[in-house]
Amino acid sequence: MPKLGTINELTAYAQELKAQCDPSKPCVTVCGGTGCRANHGLEVASMFEKLLKEKGVCDDIDVRTTGCHGFCAQGPLVVLVPKGVLYVSVKPTDVEEIITSSVQADEIIERLTYRLPGTKKRIAKEEEIPFYANQKRLVFAGSTKMDPTRIEDYIAVGGYSSFRKVLSGVEPEEIIDWVEKSGLRGRGGGGFQTGRKWRSCRKSQAATKYVICNGDEGDPGAFIDRSIMEGNPHSVLEGMAIGAYAIGSNHGYIYVRLEYPLAIENLQIAIEQAREHGLLGDNILGTDFSFDILISRGAGAFVCGESTALMASIEGFVGEPRAKHIHTTEKGLFGMPTNLNNVETWANIPLIIEKGWQWFAGIGSKNSKGTKVFSVVGKVRNTGLVEVPMGITLREIIYDICGGVPDNRKFKGVQTGGPSGGCLPEEKLDLQVDFDCLTEAGSMMGSGGMIVMDDRSCMVEVARYFTEFLTRESCGKCTACREGVMQMLEILDRMTTGKAEMSDIDLLEEVCLYVKENSICGLGKSAPNPTLSSLKYFRDEYLEHIEHKRCRAGICRDLTTFIISDDKCKACGKCIKSCPVEAITGQKKVTHVIDYDACISCGVCREVCPFDAVDTK
Amino acid sequence: MNNIQEKPDLTEVERIIAKYNGKDSWLVMILQDIQEAYNYLPEPTLELVAEKLNIPLSRVHSVATFYSSLSLQERGRHVIRVCDGTACHLKGFVNLRDEIERQTGLTEGQTTPDKRFSFEVVACLGACAIAPVMSVGNDYHGEMSAEKIKDVLSKYK
Repeated sequence: MPKLGTINELTAYAQELKAQCDPSKPCVTVCGGTGCRANHGLEVASMFEKLLKEKGVCDDIDVRTTGCHGFCAQGPLVVLVPKGVLYVSVKPTDVEEIITSSVQADEIIERLTYRLPGTKKRIAKEEEIPFYANQKRLVFAGSTKMDPTRIEDYIAVGGYSSFRKVLSGVEPEEIIDWVEKSGLRGRGGGGFQTGRKWRSCRKSQAATKYVICNGDEGDPGAFIDRSIMEGNPHSVLEGMAIGAYAIGSNHGYIYVRLEYPLAIENLQIAIEQAREHGLLGDNILGTDFSFDILISRGAGAFVCGESTALMASIEGFVGEPRAKHIHTTEKGLFGMPTNLNNVETWANIPLIIEKGWQWFAGIGSKNSKGTKVFSVVGKVRNTGLVEVPMGITLREIIYDICGGVPDNRKFKGVQTGGPSGGCLPEEKLDLQVDFDCLTEAGSMMGSGGMIVMDDRSCMVEVARYFTEFLTRESCGKCTACREGVMQMLEILDRMTTGKAEMSDIDLLEEVCLYVKENSICGLGKSAPNPTLSSLKYFRDEYLEHIEHKRCRAGICRDLTTFIISDDKCKACGKCIKSCPVEAITGQKKVTHVIDYDACISCGVCREVCPFDAVDTK
Repeated sequence: MNNIQEKPDLTEVERIIAKYNGKDSWLVMILQDIQEAYNYLPEPTLELVAEKLNIPLSRVHSVATFYSSLSLQERGRHVIRVCDGTACHLKGFVNLRDEIERQTGLTEGQTTPDKRFSFEVVACLGACAIAPVMSVGNDYHGEMSAEKIKDVLSKYK
């Protein structure tokens, strides 16, 4: 492993690594994302290694554990390169057959291929599966091909060539021009122009400046940044190094939440490798530019995703935000000019430098350029990560790529932007997904979480859920957020338990507006969004909860009574077995009955009934 | 609250502080490492941190109590974390939580008397695609249901 002393040495090293890669050499890639790992994906990978060794062909066939492939619903995933065959839900016991039939021979194992939902059609080629075919993968292109713990893999596919390009004599101002003209906006939620932020930080006169990568992805339902940090950590480092060069900074921090141990590990490995190769440190590649990166771990506080709270946390204090009368680009970390961008934003930088700002500006919608990665989860078939050009519609994402709502349920709404975002109804499915359109509709882009809800999701309860989350996570510094969000929760609690009155709706709206207008930071300012948007689009559900004491989704326990239909019940006993309070009686061939004195309306019987015989009264 | 316990050996705390060159800006990470080593943050460790970093004990306490992953109380050998992220919430978090409470006799934030389990509800584990999710120690268990809880917990002694 060489320490690269000059720009030319990096060029030669990249060529050497590229020459060593034989694209026709068979390689088994196994997804090493968190979803696949939880389903024993790593055991599949080690089984491949073991069996290939036993067969004496481990020199002819590579095995590579890569970053997240995004198709998490189907994991563990195995892709055979260069054939492009994808096998889903692979178990360690399938490995022997895959090697003999599909790696050493050319057969396709039908049962391991992806089956198109609702049909008998099976698709073997990864690129032909709608989930992949309808995406545009740029930021995520690398993760599925590389071993994230090997810098050689990254350099071999062109990694660090953008950094090399800027160090070869591009003026910092020019880089900022490119980023500005590309139209890149911050992927963390706010959507601020990245180039403008860089420029104002560059202008600040100070001996020390900082760049920070915000990896405190706290929005429940989003795991985009996690997958980038785990699967392609060097793209984040390269983006930061380019940014630091443009801004005139020598010190970088990556703030990662503690709940992401694999991301921390892979970033740490990547930083050490970059140092060993002379891509981080003093006088990088023999130039005057010095830059290094340290990792700071979050400790479980959602508010630390807010830039000033995050900086307070890095400084070793409680993560409380401050009012931003003075921007952090002037006075940020340790009182010095600081440029903070989110993980996905940084990962876009090397692409813009490599392919040009014109190319980037050609992707996306009018004021939102490039692609955006979304984590599409909840009541949707293909849960996972999708990368699409900005401006695509919600319908295309949820139905064309993610396969719509499963189990014959009906689509009710989609929540975007996490606790700061909003819930959009079916009539908004043709809305273009970009920064401006989502904000106009009363939601927001946020960091890219997209949670799909069906008719068994209660919108009032969802608003209550987000509000409860925010009461826990409010740092307590300003009164509007600390007290206001608590009051919102009390009202929503009354609604979901049947104790609310009609006047509570007006009261709730009034408190929401107060919190929105008077909070110091983004957490409080956006805290009412889930409630306000659901009041706007799903008002009839609120009215039903208050007036008729009824929850149509069967979620609010105090307002729900389940009943087993005589006609549909086949007396299979499943509900009897699953009921946690033994409230269901019945025997073979005798329709089952709920004992309402014991029933707690938890709905487990409805979930497990294969005949749809349990419903709300 | 920890008066009955013996004074812990503090050499590990000194080693951790030295690793961060005694700089107070690393306070959050220093406390995380101490918790990793001692399972929680015993009072004497906090006092030593304040002394060595030359900062008020009140600051150490404010940080130790602000961040939800830091604990001033001893925790069980296995920490059960149930995810209440949005996806998990929609897919049956409440029933999982209730079942764990039934099985362990714990409510959120408690530890069993035999120190086998601690039980926490967390905002999001970031494994939304396999919701609902719980973790025990460092193991993730995806696509959970109330019925599976007993089996999962029995693996951790």
